[in-house]
Amino acid sequence: MIHQPLDFEKPICELEKKIEEFKQLSASEGIDLSDEISRLEKKVRKLQEETFSNLNAWKIVQISRHPERPYTYDYLYLMFDEFIEIHGDRRFKDDTAIVAGVGMLDGNRVVLIGEQKGRGSKERAARNFGMPGPEGYRKAMRAMDIAQKFNMPVVTLIDTPGAYPGIGAEERGQAEAISASILKLAGLRVPTIGCIIGEGNSGGALAIGLVDRMFILEYAVYSVISPEGCASILWKDQSKAPQAAEALKLTAADLKKAGIIDEVLKEPPGGAHNDFKSMAQTIKNALIGSIGALRSVSIDELVKDRYSKYRGIGQFRETGG
Amino acid sequence: MPLFGSEKTKNSLDSLWIKCNNCNEIIYKKEVEKNLKVCPKCNYHFRLSAKEWIDILIDRDTFHELWSNIEAVDPLDFKDRSRYRDKLKETQKLTGISDAVVTGYGTINELFLNIGIFDFNFMGGSMGSVVGEKITRLIEKAAEEGSNLLIVTSSGGARMQEGIFSLIQMAKTNTAMSRLAGSSALYISLLTDPTTGGVAASFASIADIIIAEPKALIGFAGPRVISDTIGQKLPDGFQRAEFLLEHGMIDMVIDRKVIKKTIAQIIKLLGNTQKRL
Ligand SMILES: [Zn+2]
Repeated sequence: MIHQPLDFEKPICELEKKIEEFKQLSASEGIDLSDEISRLEKKVRKLQEETFSNLNAWKIVQISRHPERPYTYDYLYLMFDEFIEIHGDRRFKDDTAIVAGVGMLDGNRVVLIGEQKGRGSKERAARNFGMPGPEGYRKAMRAMDIAQKFNMPVVTLIDTPGAYPGIGAEERGQAEAISASILKLAGLRVPTIGCIIGEGNSGGALAIGLVDRMFILEYAVYSVISPEGCASILWKDQSKAPQAAEALKLTAADLKKAGIIDEVLKEPPGGAHNDFKSMAQTIKNALIGSIGALRSVSIDELVKDRYSKYRGIGQFRETGG
Repeated sequence: MPLFGSEKTKNSLDSLWIKCNNCNEIIYKKEVEKNLKVCPKCNYHFRLSAKEWIDILIDRDTFHELWSNIEAVDPLDFKDRSRYRDKLKETQKLTGISDAVVTGYGTINELFLNIGIFDFNFMGGSMGSVVGEKITRLIEKAAEEGSNLLIVTSSGGARMQEGIFSLIQMAKTNTAMSRLAGSSALYISLLTDPTTGGVAASFASIADIIIAEPKALIGFAGPRVISDTIGQKLPDGFQRAEFLLEHGMIDMVIDRKVIKKTIAQIIKLLGNTQKRL
């Protein structure tokens, strides 16, 4: 059950609470409320369906940032049989907004790189709200080197409000770190698979987002800039973020249409935060399928395909003159 | 569209006097222009248009423009307070160029050079699909020929109005850069005021040699975003070229009056000196 519902989740939450109360009541008092309960359960499913089939871009942005949404660590525990985390960039520090390591995914050795927001105020602050600095991207590059050396596919889980805009981050080359990470992914001679699990904003997301296969969860977003940032620059008014969210075409459905995403992964009813396990299983199946498919292509072919894929992204007009 | 149909730009110095962006002194316009648009009082390097850069860097009458016929579409049908497609037309008219980067080749002190130049007057030098495509073609050309490449940047970052397409241009250009890295082509990046966001965080920061103009603002995040985030005033000189040099992010800070000579010298030492026009 959800504990911190978004505004539009509240009616659903209220019903779920009532069902819970009825269940407890019938258990403690021995009264048969099963008819009432099943009536309410039907009602809640219908309400959930209605609410979630009609989400506008701004509501989807809010779900993508839901404080109860599963994060990289949650998926890691649910998907991997074994996992060894690596730490640090060997230069300055360990940036915990990025988690990286090697794990066993259904018999496949895999390098995982994921952005991690942190749950609860203490962990959120410790992980800098999922905003990596240059050290995070340099740790990610270490993980890519390991993948290359030991011939393992790379899986990236993207979930960040953006790369951190701070004094230290700039001093230590945030721009260079992002660029170098993108460059390394472009030339990596192993299969690479990405999944946007929450919020994929700007260069902070793209830094681990140049991949052979890209998935996105149904209520995740991927954008050049946050709607708030866009609104404050183009509308000169941050409160226009809902309009900006609409204009940026940042939802999974829009991105699939634009050809940026290979496949949208359906979320459980009410969103991933309602059922971590089934969401993790869906992602795991998609990853295993992709690893198999990409492994069946020669590595030269794979790098060539990756080149053509990114070479072809962009829309413009070339006139005769 | 002709390359330089109109000389009028937003930044055109159309009065007799101008105010320096850095020291705020009011200076006689002619004096600044004679000085390659460098402030005689504080050495601030005013932003140049693509055409002005070509005049400064490229030997007279050797510049050949490429791909000026690539023009932006409006893939998202984007509308904020105005329509993106209207803004494009308006800006093309105002600047006389088709988009924010001019690409081509020519010679610099008789040495062959592929060159891409950002023009800040065109929507803040922002990178959308057109910029990404032209820069990618230029990188591929240099990689294939093993010829010299210079990119002069002046950009606020991605072209938000093209949404995700603009973000992915960082991936597209760096994918081409991974090909260039495997070639013998020399790549020099010249960072001018300002170079931030998606351009800074892609091809601009991974050159063989990185040069910056004095006092140019260079970084990933814009200074206002940073001070808003951390709730602090930023230190003096933060994100300026000299700051980046001190922190090991660039190779040199070069005055405009010796930039041509410096680039030619780098090409002589590292680059392809055989290729002819
Ligand atoms: Zn001055």
